Amino acid sequence: MAIDKNEQYIDFEKPIVELYNKIEELKRASAETGEDMNGEIEALQQRVENLYRVTMKDLTPYQRLQIARHPKRPTTMDLISGVFEDWFEMRGDRLYRDDPAIIGGIAKLSGISVVVLGHQKGNDTKSNVYRNFGMPYPEGYRKAMRLMRHAQKFNLPLITFIDTPGAYPGIEAEERGQSNAIAESICLMSSLSVPSLAIVIGEGGSGGALAISVADRIAMFENSVYSVISPEGCASILFRDAKFANEAACALKMTSYDLLGLDIIDEIIEEPLGGAHRDKELTILKVKECIQRNIKNLTNLSEEERKIAKWKKYASMGKYSSK
Amino acid sequence: MLEKFFNVKKRDIPGGLWTKCPSCNNAIYTRELNDNLKVCHHCNYHFRLTVQERIDITFDSFNEMFSGILPVDSLNFVDTMPYSDRLKEASSKTGKEEAILVGIGTIADKQIAAGIIDFDFVGGSMGSVVGEKIFRITNYARENKFPLVLFSSSGGARMQEGMLSLMQMAKTSMVVGKYKEMGGLYISVLLHPTTGGVSASFATLGDIIVAEPGALIGFAGPRVIEQTIRQKLPQGFQRSEYLLEHGMIDSVVERKTLKETLKKLVTWHGY
Ligand SMILES: [Zn+2]
Repeated sequence: MAIDKNEQYIDFEKPIVELYNKIEELKRASAETGEDMNGEIEALQQRVENLYRVTMKDLTPYQRLQIARHPKRPTTMDLISGVFEDWFEMRGDRLYRDDPAIIGGIAKLSGISVVVLGHQKGNDTKSNVYRNFGMPYPEGYRKAMRLMRHAQKFNLPLITFIDTPGAYPGIEAEERGQSNAIAESICLMSSLSVPSLAIVIGEGGSGGALAISVADRIAMFENSVYSVISPEGCASILFRDAKFANEAACALKMTSYDLLGLDIIDEIIEEPLGGAHRDKELTILKVKECIQRNIKNLTNLSEEERKIAKWKKYASMGKYSSK
Repeated sequence: MLEKFFNVKKRDIPGGLWTKCPSCNNAIYTRELNDNLKVCHHCNYHFRLTVQERIDITFDSFNEMFSGILPVDSLNFVDTMPYSDRLKEASSKTGKEEAILVGIGTIADKQIAAGIIDFDFVGGSMGSVVGEKIFRITNYARENKFPLVLFSSSGGARMQEGMLSLMQMAKTSMVVGKYKEMGGLYISVLLHPTTGGVSASFATLGDIIVAEPGALIGFAGPRVIEQTIRQKLPQGFQRSEYLLEHGMIDSVVERKTLKETLKKLVTWHGY
């Protein structure tokens, strides 16, 4: 486990960081005095690791959301450059402009070509302003649709990465048809017959996330979230106060484990101890394995079989009773 | 004589003799308002209709279908009250079991598959039942080669059903997409207000999209937008006329001509 003192910690990591600091102190003292403290140090290291494991297992949904929103969390760009050998970015919607909140293109993975696209957040203030914090305008979804059609035309598997607080709520976004862009994207993606896999890597924020998630298979990073509304938004509307975000996060059932249980998603990609940002290389390996396995399984099906399975998957979404 | 007069009055005019228009503040003689399809004759404000009133002014006859699909509280959702209590409250308020009614309506000799969302039932929000009923009526329309008309007025997805409700956007968009691909005519009628998960799914996928005058239509609600951008919104923002100007809908149709418009469009497409 690597803990960097300069990193930003989430509240639940504090006791772990304190223990870690104690180990560092002991090491220093040992070096200064020449006294052998290895036994003590090892015991403490074991303790810190156990504590970390237990803490991670018992995280509340809101704590997981903090990991999902962590500024160091791997973004779509990180995953594309880590997972694929090479890629060619395709930009623009051919209608209005290139939306930097959604990126995509054609990529190579162990000899095969795939179309890849996803929401792109920044990792500092400047890049977040440029990426609009990963909140697309309609043109972002129209670019995504262009890429989906490209995948369908050339019979290429489609991989999408989901990481957005939601589609951007603004005047221009409304004027250029945010609703229609999302609806068309959902509709188009549901009709594709090429193998498709959506991976929620951070925040899956409402319709803005769903627009590029209607795939044959849906996977989620262990600590990512996927929700009909942000817990803050839900709290202020339904609980009448945004300070109930924690309660709302629990009630909404937005974690990967909740959604696997509700049959919304197909699989969970386990994260390294502390979250995906703690070991990006391991994260990339796991994503690569997930993509390769799913493409292989989906490619083994005929186009017709995939179409039928996809129809059934989304037709059966929802729970109701019959009289 | 007088008593008889008043009895008739009471039956015909629920809610009192006079109704105040929330738009122009004029007091309107309620009977006159009802005779005018609940449209203010001073300012053209379109009052909300109940689902039954909508059916009455649109169709010559209507047969409800798939009425036995009922909501369940799968998440055991509790906010300021349990979701199950909220559903009961909505039921006793509206006399309905969910926020949509679907079926086959007729205009003259034309059979039309239709769905009408009930805004008074939990804000017309789309949960599993709304999604399933739209799914079934759209498939029914495809199998029987009926035109499809969906009347929307909704705050969006039903938060109390979590991701199950978000997935209804996928389910309804998929089924409407297939219906259109197979040659069906889908007319979407947007009523005040249509926002969120409903406007961002089947409601804006119509082959033809019309809206009643002055309806609020958008992805995000005006308050959310104001809070995000911290500036005042332009006059008429997100209203039907504004959407028409920005190319998002085909026509703003007065309530009194809606039935004729639907009949004409259905006929002109060969039904
Ligand atoms: Zn008026």
